[in-house]
This record gives sequence, C-alpha cells and structure tokens, in this order.
Amino acid sequence: MNVCIKADQLTVRFSQEPILDHLSFEVPEGMIFGLLGPSGAGKTTLIKVLTGQLCQKEGKAELFGKDTRSLTAAEHGKIGAMLDNCGLYERLSVYENLSFYADIYRVSRRGIPDILKSVGLYEARKTAVSKLSKGMKNRLSLARALMNHAKLLFLDEPTSGLDPVTTREIHGILTEERKKGTTVFLTTHNMFEAESICDYVILLHRGNIIERGRPADICRKYDHLNKLHITLTDDTELTLDNNSASASAIKEYLEQDRIRSIHSSEPTLETAFIELTGKGLQ
Amino acid sequence: MKNIIAIFKKQIRDTLRNKTVLIQFLMFPAMTLIMNHTVRIPDMPQNFFVNLFAAMYIGMAPLTSIAAVISEEKEKNTLRVLILSNVKSYEYLLGIGSYVWLACMAGSMVICISGHYDWKTGLIFMGIMAVGILISLLIGAVIGIGSRTQMMATSITVPVMMIFSFLPMLSLFNGTVAKIARFAYSEQISRMLGSINSFELTAERIGVIGANIFIAALVFAATFRKCDLS
Repeated sequence: MNVCIKADQLTVRFSQEPILDHLSFEVPEGMIFGLLGPSGAGKTTLIKVLTGQLCQKEGKAELFGKDTRSLTAAEHGKIGAMLDNCGLYERLSVYENLSFYADIYRVSRRGIPDILKSVGLYEARKTAVSKLSKGMKNRLSLARALMNHAKLLFLDEPTSGLDPVTTREIHGILTEERKKGTTVFLTTHNMFEAESICDYVILLHRGNIIERGRPADICRKYDHLNKLHITLTDDTELTLDNNSASASAIKEYLEQDRIRSIHSSEPTLETAFIELTGKGLQ
Repeated sequence: MKNIIAIFKKQIRDTLRNKTVLIQFLMFPAMTLIMNHTVRIPDMPQNFFVNLFAAMYIGMAPLTSIAAVISEEKEKNTLRVLILSNVKSYEYLLGIGSYVWLACMAGSMVICISGHYDWKTGLIFMGIMAVGILISLLIGAVIGIGSRTQMMATSITVPVMMIFSFLPMLSLFNGTVAKIARFAYSEQISRMLGSINSFELTAERIGVIGANIFIAALVFAATFRKCDLS
C-alpha cells in the first residue's frame, strides 16, 4: 500500500518551545487516520505543517512523497481541507460558496447539486451561509473539501460541537469517502469518534506521540483497566478486576442471590490516554 | 488568470450584499449628483462639488474598502482556505485590487458625468482619478495586509483616510495646511481636477504624485514581505 503522508522526526518550535517534538509516523492510502489529543496537544499545528501552511525547520514531512514545503499545484489539487474555523463566505449562499470553489479548483459546477445532496444541504442551497447553523456550516465546509475529488482529506475537528445526528451523518460521508479510496486525516478529541470510524490512531500529548495503533488494539493493550462494577441488593457497590481472580467472589454473591447488577467497563481510548498522561482528552 | 477572475466575480457578489463596502462606492458619486444639480451658491467655482467630492472619493473609497475586504478575509479564515486551495497571494491581491479599482472607476465615471465635461476633458478626469485610486489602493492594501482583524484595520484606516480625503478641503480654508497638503497625492489630484480645463502636468505635480506612488509601493512591498498572506 502506498504511503500518503509521512513524518520523520518532525519538530516545530515556537520560541524554542517544541509544539511538535520529533514526530514520526506514516499514513497509508485509503484509511481514516485519527490524531487524538486534548486542546493544545499540537493537532492543528501538525495539520498546518502537513498542508504546507507552516514550515518546519527540523525533520521531514511529506505528502505523496514530496516535501510539504515545496508542494506544487498538482499536489495541492489532491488535497481537500476542512479547517477548525469554517472559512466560508458568510454573505454568499451555499451554492455560491461552492461555485466559487469550483472555479478555483477548475471543476465543473454541474457536480455541485450532487455534493450538496450528499451532505444534506441541497434544500438550503440558496440560503446565505450566515443563516446556517454550526452543523450546516460544518457540512458545507466538508462539501467544499470534497469538491475537488481530493485523494487526501484533512479534517480538523470535523464534528466539534455538533449534535449526534449531524455527527453520524458526517461519519457516514467519511466512511463513503474511504470506500472510494480517499485517505482521511482527522483530528479529534472525541474518543468515540476515533473508536468508531478511525482505522488507526495516534494519541498526541504536548507534541509527543504517546500511543499508536488500531483503536481496538490500543484498548486491548490496556485491558488491565477492565473492571466489573457490582451493585449488591443491600446497595453496596463493588469494583473488581475483570479476570479469573474475581470469579470466586462473584460466584459466591450469585449463590447468595445478593447481586442486583453487574456492569463491565472495558478500556477506551480515553482511559488509555488518562493512564498514560493522568489527564482526560477534553 | 482564472483564479483572479474567480476572485473578482466572487467579490462582485459579496459586495452587493456588503452594505459597509457598498456605501463607500456609492456615497460620493450619489452626493455629487445631488449636490451638483441642486445647490447653487453665488460665486461658486465651476464644478465645485465635482472637484471636492472626487478628491474625497479618492482618499476614502478605495482605501477603506480594500482594507476592509482583506482584513475581513484574514479574520474569518477565508483567505487561509483560499491559499490552501493553491491560490497565490498575488492572485488574490490582483483579484481584489482590480475589483476595487474598477468599482471606484465606475463611481468616478458617475462623478465625471455630473461635471458635464467634453469627452477630452472627461478622459483627463478619468485618468487623474485612475492614478489617485491606484495610490489609495496600495495604502489600503498595506493596512489590510498588516492588520489581523477588521477592528484593527478600521482603527488604522479611519485616521489615514481622514488625512488624505479631508486635506484638499481643509487646504481651501487654511494657507498653512495648504503648504503641507501639497506633498499629499490627494491635494495634487484635487488641484489638477480644479484646473482641469487648462490641465497641465507641472514638475511639482509629477514629482509629488510620483513620490507618493513610490513610497506607497515601497511600504506595500515591505508589508507584503513581512506579513506574507500565505
């Protein structure tokens, strides 16, 4: 499988302070790659470097095998981006925003209705962007990123602050894009998002990669955090390790008919992150 | 070239819905039409309001509108997305600049028509306006590029615009101001418009306007290098 993004010892410093500290990773083509970390971890800075908006002085960053500092028009044409701040023209309508970018990307305007239908904005095509909700603006921003049939999509917090329905719709669109062979590089601090749609994630903390792998593998790695929460009939609450050592105690409670409920709490990316850093992702 | 045209067309649509910028383009041409045809004062010089408002238009409309457009695009992140979409900084500036220049030239045309000039004098009038608008565009672009937000751009634009647009009027009433104002392009343009029927390019006029263009271009180049839009 071809490598779409490659970072090798990538370091970015602001006033000598490392914002990204010797990051090395590769993103193969056709996967949804998640960059998970709390605010200030360096996620947006990494997107800026990878899209050529910020030039690093140390290490390498490559897109499609070319240094991000010298991307040509052809390479830019393969990239679609949905940034943290929408960057839409508020006074123009939904359709006018996309038709402007169709001209910029040199693609036909005839495809705009289909793209608008795919993100559920066709009915609002004549509405000024200033009158759209945040979720609609995010979907329009995603539509714009999809306009040039990009091979690589950079999405910075694509579902931040959105309701569950819109979030699910955006996840559906991203999954469809993956099926078409598009590589998606998304940043998020939402562990459920990372677990549900990402093929591979890296956990970023203060500019360092502290964990990487498939979400399920990472969770499995921290299986020692798997606990059983038992509530007894006399309202006593117990927390036991989810392993064979707890079996006899549970058996005893069952025989005495004292268990009201048993819940297991499997490790998530968030619990893994907390285990590694002592802090939450939010 | 396609990017420049796309930005130009986008800006037309955007301006038609942006009252703040639209009023800059329309206010002085409308005022000239109204005042020139309704106000009659004894011993008033010929085309008094045309000359006065034309000079004010040059100092105000291009400067404030281009600064507002660029700073808004910076503040609202639309410029960042454009640059990311492989639009070069110079393409963006040419697209926006050519739009503001042409819009101001259209306004100047209205002012020119109000003056009832013959076609030759009209051409000279439009030529003078074209040069003045260009200098104001450079100054406005410097402010827009150097400002991070619209608020910041406005706070710089207002005093600069007041100086250049009101100097020609103030110099009519005060000799000391007139002595200083002669070094400003707007004052020289006002004087040229005032004597447009016996138009001549003196060394002073060429020198002052040339120096103003040179300084504005120099500051523009320095600001563009320092605060590169990309």
